[in-house]
Amino acid sequence: MNGVQVSTTVNGDVEEFVCHPGETLLEVLRNRLGLTGAKEGCGTGDCGACSVIVDGQLVCSCLVLGAEVEGRKVATVEGLADGNRLHPLQDKFLEHAALQCGICTPGFLVAAKALLDDNPDPTEEEIRYALAGNLCRCTGYDKIVRAVDAAAAELRKSSKKKASGRKK
Amino acid sequence: MKFGVGQPVPRLEDPRLITGSGRFTDDVNLPDQLYMAIARSPYPHGSIASIDTDAAEAAAGVVAVYTAADIESLGGMPCRAVLKDRQGNPCFIPKRPLLAEGRVRFVGEPVAAVVARTRTEARDAAELVLLEVEDLPAVVDLNAAAAAEATVLHEAHGSNLAIHYENGDEAAWEAAAAAAAHRVQVSLVNNRVAPSPLEPRAAVGHYANGTFTLYNPSQGAFAQQGVLARAIFDEPLESIRVISGETGGGFGIRGEVHPEAALTLFASRALGAPVKWHGDRSEMFLSDSHGRDNLTRADLALDESGRALGVRIETLANLGAYCSAVGPFVPTMAGGRVVGTVYRLPALYHSVRCLYTNTMPVAAYRGAGRPEACYVMERLMDEAARQLGIGRDEIRRRNFIPSSAMPFVNHSGVSISSGEFEATMDLALERADWAGFERRRRRSEGLGRLRGIGLGYYVESSGGGPEEEARVRIHPDGSAEVIVGTYSHGQGHETAFAQILSDTFGIEFDKIRFIQGDTAFVKFGGGTGGSRSSQMGGIAVKRAGEGVIEQGRAVAAELLQSEPGRVTYEAAVYRLDDASAQVSLADVARAAETAQFGGEGLAETHRYDRGAGTYTFPNGAHVAEVEIDPDTGVLHICRYTAVDDCGRVINPLLAAGQVHGGVVQGLGQALLENVVYDTDGQLLTGSFLDYAMPFADAMPDVDVSFNEVLDPNNELGVKGIGEGGACGAPPALVNAALHALASRGVTAIDMPLTPEKLWRAANGLSLQERAG
Ligand code: FES
Ligand code: FES
Repeated sequence: MNGVQVSTTVNGDVEEFVCHPGETLLEVLRNRLGLTGAKEGCGTGDCGACSVIVDGQLVCSCLVLGAEVEGRKVATVEGLADGNRLHPLQDKFLEHAALQCGICTPGFLVAAKALLDDNPDPTEEEIRYALAGNLCRCTGYDKIVRAVDAAAAELRKSSKKKASGRKK
Repeated sequence: MKFGVGQPVPRLEDPRLITGSGRFTDDVNLPDQLYMAIARSPYPHGSIASIDTDAAEAAAGVVAVYTAADIESLGGMPCRAVLKDRQGNPCFIPKRPLLAEGRVRFVGEPVAAVVARTRTEARDAAELVLLEVEDLPAVVDLNAAAAAEATVLHEAHGSNLAIHYENGDEAAWEAAAAAAAHRVQVSLVNNRVAPSPLEPRAAVGHYANGTFTLYNPSQGAFAQQGVLARAIFDEPLESIRVISGETGGGFGIRGEVHPEAALTLFASRALGAPVKWHGDRSEMFLSDSHGRDNLTRADLALDESGRALGVRIETLANLGAYCSAVGPFVPTMAGGRVVGTVYRLPALYHSVRCLYTNTMPVAAYRGAGRPEACYVMERLMDEAARQLGIGRDEIRRRNFIPSSAMPFVNHSGVSISSGEFEATMDLALERADWAGFERRRRRSEGLGRLRGIGLGYYVESSGGGPEEEARVRIHPDGSAEVIVGTYSHGQGHETAFAQILSDTFGIEFDKIRFIQGDTAFVKFGGGTGGSRSSQMGGIAVKRAGEGVIEQGRAVAAELLQSEPGRVTYEAAVYRLDDASAQVSLADVARAAETAQFGGEGLAETHRYDRGAGTYTFPNGAHVAEVEIDPDTGVLHICRYTAVDDCGRVINPLLAAGQVHGGVVQGLGQALLENVVYDTDGQLLTGSFLDYAMPFADAMPDVDVSFNEVLDPNNELGVKGIGEGGACGAPPALVNAALHALASRGVTAIDMPLTPEKLWRAANGLSLQERAG
């Protein structure tokens, strides 16, 4: 095989792998690194099930080549929780039953993370717009939107606490 | 009880799914597995002259290539529908081969299976399979398929008509029509949709030591096992194990056994290695079974005051090129059970012609026949209201079957057991502020927009197959295990059934373990479909649990040296009625495993039989309010209200989720979704770019509430909630759009209501211009 040697960071860990030049990041994550949280819903950039964050940017990993992440930082759904402590988005998805079959869920969590990193206080319209690259066939989106809204509130509360803690 | 029935308990299945550790079929990889790809017909119709596999066989990494000639030992995909016409002729059901035999009949029909070392190699080689056909004219349009001179898909049969199904009394209809003061007619398209669960179909087949194991998303592993064993492989049931781990949505299509799953098993047996197949999205559009696709003309006869005297409904239903497992059942009996829906109709005649065309076979899709039946009646009611100048709520009020008339036997001989149609509608009208609409309309008008509000009332007959089984066991540590034949692919049964058991036993929620979707454990079961799980699986679970408590009572009586009649049970403890002694459920379970009590442990299997021909009747009123911009044709859903009567709500969180999902699928069909074949039979909607599914930005907040009218025929009082949204949303939305367009003189429009169509309608342009 004419492999490409790639060195990158995935969820904070340094990863080295060799892949085909034509292999997508989605394939690399799933088949070489054993990170099967990102899913293939279409392979053409239309459903968002494969969403990951590369250097702070939300991308469809089915449209990025594995070789392209050389030297970059990749964040996937597997890195969302802090050890056993779930991320507030995950907590709120649980609490609001924002998933049914769950195949789209990793993509929504990652897309929502990218939104909240950027905009900690989104309106409902902004949430719906930001998630409009992700398809869900089961939930009708209602509970997903509410869960993201609740998680945003939660994150704002804890960052305020941190900020006022620092002041003291 | 905090986690019992009626509580909004968060779902047990979620933690693994939100951390990315759910195990879907494509996440399953077996050592040394090979990969399969399918070569599909690019031709809609032709007799096969040759299939040249030489180049594919010689390609890098290829291990084997199979065509129909190589799999002669396998049977075809069976159709479960048993139907006869009025003359007693059975429905014509041709063989549906796994790989095309003699002819290809739709674009995407599997022609050859290629197995190689990697997925890429298999897919590249599949493109090298050379299919040569003598072209035959493609039959795509339903009217054309019905024509006498039409090309016939299945030559031996002589026409494309599989069955002409009839119900009701045509003479009685003629008499009602002759006596009517008013006649109202509609001509409707129920558009073809692609169910498109977000997980593409996948399969991993493994044959070893005389046993086939199939990892495969499904709506119930047991049913798949039966089809594979009996119809396809002709092997004993025990020789095939089907495991459905996580399944990424079903909506009807996963009740079907598709050919690729069987082919992975065949190839694995032939090659001595596991074989994996994972379809891509375009393949799914070509080869996942489709839904709906009816053309209907309906005629309603009314008296002077707007009371219905009778209805005639005539439908052409598209089966596609072959019968799916449920094909002709869906447009006939499945929908026919509630033909006429919630209205009193002294006379009724229902006729359905099921036709073969050169398109992908059509199967069940969320609601399966019921949404179509409801769409017809709701369009008729609105049209009658318009023509007679009666309020749209008022005309329904005058025609609803009243609760006092229930149980009400309809024209299909089905007894509608309960429902408060008028009260449910009134609740919806109130929550939607139907009365305040005019004010909002004027505001929109001021902004140059057309505003409309519409109502859709639906009833379903749900429950599916009348039998379901559950096995409940109490372990010596006091925990419970439950095995059911229904199958959760997103509905949250793990949670709902645990809630039922938690109630029955009075034990902690987290002490209940749930097993489904693996035929090594599930020995019987109808799977999930037809909104049947809570009512069928739920009752089987409850009764099995109660059986266990009774068994335990006998054991406890001996342990307490008393009579079973003196032993009470509450919250995992058996007590003597004078409270002088007690023993825990765990201790009883431990004792039951000892030789003294037969050693079988505390376990009970219950097979619940609802009784053939009986159903439950979820129903509800949905109200959509829309605004249309006449300059762009863009429709905005301002407000959506759903009031559903699904009987007892086991978990409001899960039930609301089912409503949301169903409504959005219904809105998708009404607004955006349409499978299009061109006149030559080529599929034009082969990706998410061409086939528009709703995203979050275009969907409304849905106001969900329930009017719980308990089902009188089961002890949980449940009716089912899976499909109502898909029934209520299309008529609510279309009626709202037509209400908005009324000022522009528009009285009819077909789904999907794309901006172009709405723009043309709003501006007096022909709707047909672009057709073809
Ligand atoms: S799989 Fe990447 S967008 Fe659908
Ligand atoms: S939960 Fe099934 S696709 Fe979103």
